[in-house]
Amino acid sequence: MSQSGFAQRMAALIRKEVRQMVRDRSNLAVGLLLPIALILLFGYGLSLDVEHAPIAVVMGDTSPPARDVYAAFQGTPYLDPHWAGSMQDAERRMLAGDLDAIVRVPPNFSRRVASGDARVQLLLNGIDSTTATSVEGYVSGAMATQGLKMADRTGSAPAGGGVVVQQRMWFNEAGISTWYLVPGLLVLIMTLTGAFLTSLLIAREWERGTLESLFVTPVRPLELVLSKLVPYVVIGLIDLAMCLVAARWMFEVPIRGSLIVIVIASFLYLVVSLTMGLFISGVTRNQFQASQMALLTSFMPAMMLSGFVFDLRNMPTVVRGISEVLPATHFMNLIKTLFLAGNNASLVLRECAILALYAVVLIFAARRTLRKTLDR
Amino acid sequence: MSVGDVTVVAKGLRKVFAGPGGKPVRALDGVSLSIRPGELTALVGPDGAGKTTLLRMLVGILAPDEGELQVLGMDATRDAQRIQDRISYMPQRFGLYEDLSVEENLNLYADLHGVDPQQRRQRFDRLLAMTDLARFTHRPAGKLSGGMKQKLGLACTLVRSPDLLVLDEPSVGVDPLSRRDLWKIVQQLVDDEQLSVIVSTAYMDEAERCAQVFVMHQGKVLAEGTPSALRERARGLTGIVSPPLDTPARDLQAKLIDASDLIIDAVPSGGNVRFIRQPEADKTALSKLFDGLSPTDRPEELEDAFMMLLRQHHVEDAPPAATPEVHQGQRERASNDDKPVIVVRDLVRKFGDFTAVASTSFDVRRGEIFGLLGPNGAGKTTTFRMLCGLLPASGGHLEVAGLDLRTARAQARGRVGYVSQKFALYGNLSVQENLQFFGGAYGLRGDALRARIRAVQTQFQLDADAVSGDMPGGYKQRLAMAAGLLHEPDILFLDEPTSGIDPLARRSFWRTITALVKEGVTVVITTHFMEEAEYCDRIAIQDAGRVLALGTPKAVREQAGAEHGVDMNSAFIAIVEQARAKGHEAGAEKVA
Repeated sequence: MSQSGFAQRMAALIRKEVRQMVRDRSNLAVGLLLPIALILLFGYGLSLDVEHAPIAVVMGDTSPPARDVYAAFQGTPYLDPHWAGSMQDAERRMLAGDLDAIVRVPPNFSRRVASGDARVQLLLNGIDSTTATSVEGYVSGAMATQGLKMADRTGSAPAGGGVVVQQRMWFNEAGISTWYLVPGLLVLIMTLTGAFLTSLLIAREWERGTLESLFVTPVRPLELVLSKLVPYVVIGLIDLAMCLVAARWMFEVPIRGSLIVIVIASFLYLVVSLTMGLFISGVTRNQFQASQMALLTSFMPAMMLSGFVFDLRNMPTVVRGISEVLPATHFMNLIKTLFLAGNNASLVLRECAILALYAVVLIFAARRTLRKTLDR
Repeated sequence: MSVGDVTVVAKGLRKVFAGPGGKPVRALDGVSLSIRPGELTALVGPDGAGKTTLLRMLVGILAPDEGELQVLGMDATRDAQRIQDRISYMPQRFGLYEDLSVEENLNLYADLHGVDPQQRRQRFDRLLAMTDLARFTHRPAGKLSGGMKQKLGLACTLVRSPDLLVLDEPSVGVDPLSRRDLWKIVQQLVDDEQLSVIVSTAYMDEAERCAQVFVMHQGKVLAEGTPSALRERARGLTGIVSPPLDTPARDLQAKLIDASDLIIDAVPSGGNVRFIRQPEADKTALSKLFDGLSPTDRPEELEDAFMMLLRQHHVEDAPPAATPEVHQGQRERASNDDKPVIVVRDLVRKFGDFTAVASTSFDVRRGEIFGLLGPNGAGKTTTFRMLCGLLPASGGHLEVAGLDLRTARAQARGRVGYVSQKFALYGNLSVQENLQFFGGAYGLRGDALRARIRAVQTQFQLDADAVSGDMPGGYKQRLAMAAGLLHEPDILFLDEPTSGIDPLARRSFWRTITALVKEGVTVVITTHFMEEAEYCDRIAIQDAGRVLALGTPKAVREQAGAEHGVDMNSAFIAIVEQARAKGHEAGAEKVA
C-alpha cells in the first residue's frame, strides 16, 4: 500500500509540475532560450584572443635589417603594423588609444646587428593589460623568428646566447580562448538555469498558499523535492545537449574525454544546482528574494570564483578557500579537463564524488525546508 | 473505525507569535476543549481570536508552545503525518493551482489522497454537480470567480471522505449565494456520511447550523455549548423598537448604542432597531431613553449571545465610536438645494469584449448614505472607481458634486474623499506623518494643513505618534477615514470598509459614519455584510454589471417578495436569483 501510494503520489506531483512548467511561458524562456542567448553571447562576444592589434613601428634606421623587423610583423595575423614618421607621432596615437604598442628601432640598429647585440624598444599600452601581455608575446615571438632567420643568413649566434626555447602549448595548441571559455560556459548555463528556475518553485507555493493545503495530505516532504527536480532535470539535459552541440560544431572545441563521463558529471552538477535553487526557495519563502539570492549565491560566484576566466591560484587564500567550497569550481575543473585534456580517472572520480555528496546534502537540506510546519 | 467518542482533545494550548513592532501576540492563551465525532462543530469569533492558529495545530502544521493536543487519538505534533493521512483540511486561502484546470486540480488531490480511480469518477461527478462546476472542468482554476474558486477548494478537500474535515472560514469574502451553496454541500455530506466537521466562521447564521459552538476571543474560549444553550444567555434581554415617523432607524440606533450603561448592543434591522438591554438596566432610565416609543420583546438569537460575550470580555482594542461634534459648517449651507450630488446615467464600462458595468443609472442625494451591494464580480468596484475618477467610463454620463467627470476629473476628485479596500497608508510612518503626506497630496499646506490635521486627530481620537502599521484594525480604519476627510470633501467613498474587522469595531465604525452624515457629508459605501444595508438610506443591488434593485432597504425587500420578511440576506439572494433566472429565459428565447 505505502509503496503504491508513493508511486501514485510521485506520478501526480510530477504531472502537476510538468503542467505548471509548460504553461508558464516565462519559465520555459529562461530554461531554453536564455541558454541559447548565453551560448551566442559568450561564444562570439567574449574572446580574450587578440587579432590585428595595431602597432606602430618607429624607424630610426632604414637599412635592410631594420626593414626586416617591420616585415616580421607583417607576416602574422595577430599584428597590424603601421609606419610612424616620428616618436612624437607614435606617442600621440598611443595616447589617443589607437595603438596597442610601439616598436622603436634605434638609429644604430644595423651596426649593432652586425656586432651581435641589436635591441629594439617595445612600448606597450598598459590600459588593457591582458591585451598588452598578448601583444608582448606576439611581438617577441615575431622578433625571435626574425632573429633566427638572420642568424641563419649571417651565420652568427642568435640573441639569447645560443639557448633556444622550443615552446608548445598542450591541450590548447593555438591558445584559442573559446576552447576554454565554452566548457566554462556549460558550467555557467547549468548553474543559471538550474538555480534560477527552481528558486521560484517552493517560494511560489508559499506565496500562493498552495503548500498549506498540500501539507495536510499524505504527501511526504521528500516527494515534494523529488517531483520538483524531475521536470527541470529534463530541461537541464536539453540545455546540456545544446551546449555540447554548440561546442562541437559551432566553436569546434575538441571533446577529448569520454562523452558519457561528461554527461554523468553534468547530470550530477545539474542536480546540485537544481537542489541549491530549491533550498534557497524553501528558506526565503519569497519569489523575489529567492531569485536575487539564487543569482548572488550561484551564478555570480560561478562566474567569478570557479576559475571560469580568472586563475584561482592567483587569488588570496581566503577567496581560494571560498572557491574550493563552491560546487561550480569542482565541476569547472572537471569539465575543462574532460573537454581539452581527456579522461583522467582519479580526477574524474574525485570530483564526481564531491558533486554527488553535494547533491545528497542539498536534497536533504531542501527536504528540511519543506518540513510540514508553518513555524519558522 | 476506532475513533472513540472524541475526535479532538486539547488541554491548555498556548502559542505566542512575534507581532508587529516585536511585541509578542498571544494567539492562543490556554485553550482546552473536546470535540465529538459525527457532527458539525463551529469555532466562532472575531478576527484575531485564534481560530486559524487552533485549526493549524489540529492539522499538525503548527506546534503548540505549551499544552497537549490529541486528534483522532494521536498526538498532533508527534504523529502529524499519520493524522494528515486521515483528515482533510481547507485553509482560509485554499491552495488551488491556478494554471491547472478544475479537473486537473481535483485529480491531483485525489491522487495525493490515494483515491481509487474507479471510485473517483463517481465521486467527482457528485462533487461537480454539487458545486455546479461540471460546465467548467477544463477551465484553469485561475479563471474562476472568487465564489467558484472557493467551491473548487472545498471539492478538492472532499475528494474522499476523511475521518475529520477541517474548514477554516470557508465562506470569508464569498457572496451570500456562494456561501449558501458551500453550506449546502457540507450539510449534505454530514447527513449522508456522518462526517466529523470542524469549521471556523465569523457568521452567526453559520454557527447556528452546528451541533456544538465554541466562542473564541483573544486566544481564549469564552463559552461553549449548543446554539440553543448559548442563546439562553440573552433570554429576556432582547427587544425591538420602531423609530418615530420620519426618523431613520440609524439615528435611533445611534442614540441607543451611545447609552452603553443601559444597552449592550443595537442594530438597525428592517426599518426598526433591534437591541439587547443590560440585565441590570434601570426600568425608569430605560423608558426615559425610549422616550415614548414602545419597545417589544423578540426571541433571542445566537448573534445576541455572541455580542453579549464580546462586550463582557472586551479588552480595549475596539476603539470607542468617534462621534464628531456636529458643527453646522459650510456643508450645511448648500444642503437646502435638492440637486443630487452624484448623477449616473447609462454608465458603461468595458474591458475588451467584457462588459463590467452595463447601462447603470442612479442618483445620490446630499447627506445620504448610499450602499452598493452585489456578489463578487458584480461590477461594484468598477462602478466605484469610475465615481471616484480613478477609471474613465466607456460610455454614459457621470456627474459628481455638480462636475462632469469627463471634463473636470481633477476638480471633481478634489471634492471627494476615497478610502480603499485595503489599508493604503504607509505602515511605517506615524499617524502624523501619514496625515501630513495625504494633506499635502490634497493640496493643503501651512496653517490650513496643521489645523485640519489637528481637527481630524481630535475627531477620530488618534495618537499622533503611533506607528500606523502597528495599530489595531479598527484604528487603522479610522486613520484611513481621517486621511480621506482631510480636505473636507462633500462626498466620502468607502470600499468594503468593514471587511476583516471585528463586530465591535464595525459597530463603532458605523456610529462614526452616522455622525458624519449628520454633519452633511454624503457617503457612498460598498459592503458584503447584507445587514449593513440597513444603515443606508438607499441601496443598489448589482449583478453581472446591471442594477437589479434600487431604493430604500424597505423597498428592495418588498421587491424581493413578502416571504423574505425583514432579512436583507435572503432578500438579496432572491433578487439576484430572480434576475439570473430571467436572464436564462431571455437567453433561451434568443436561441429559440
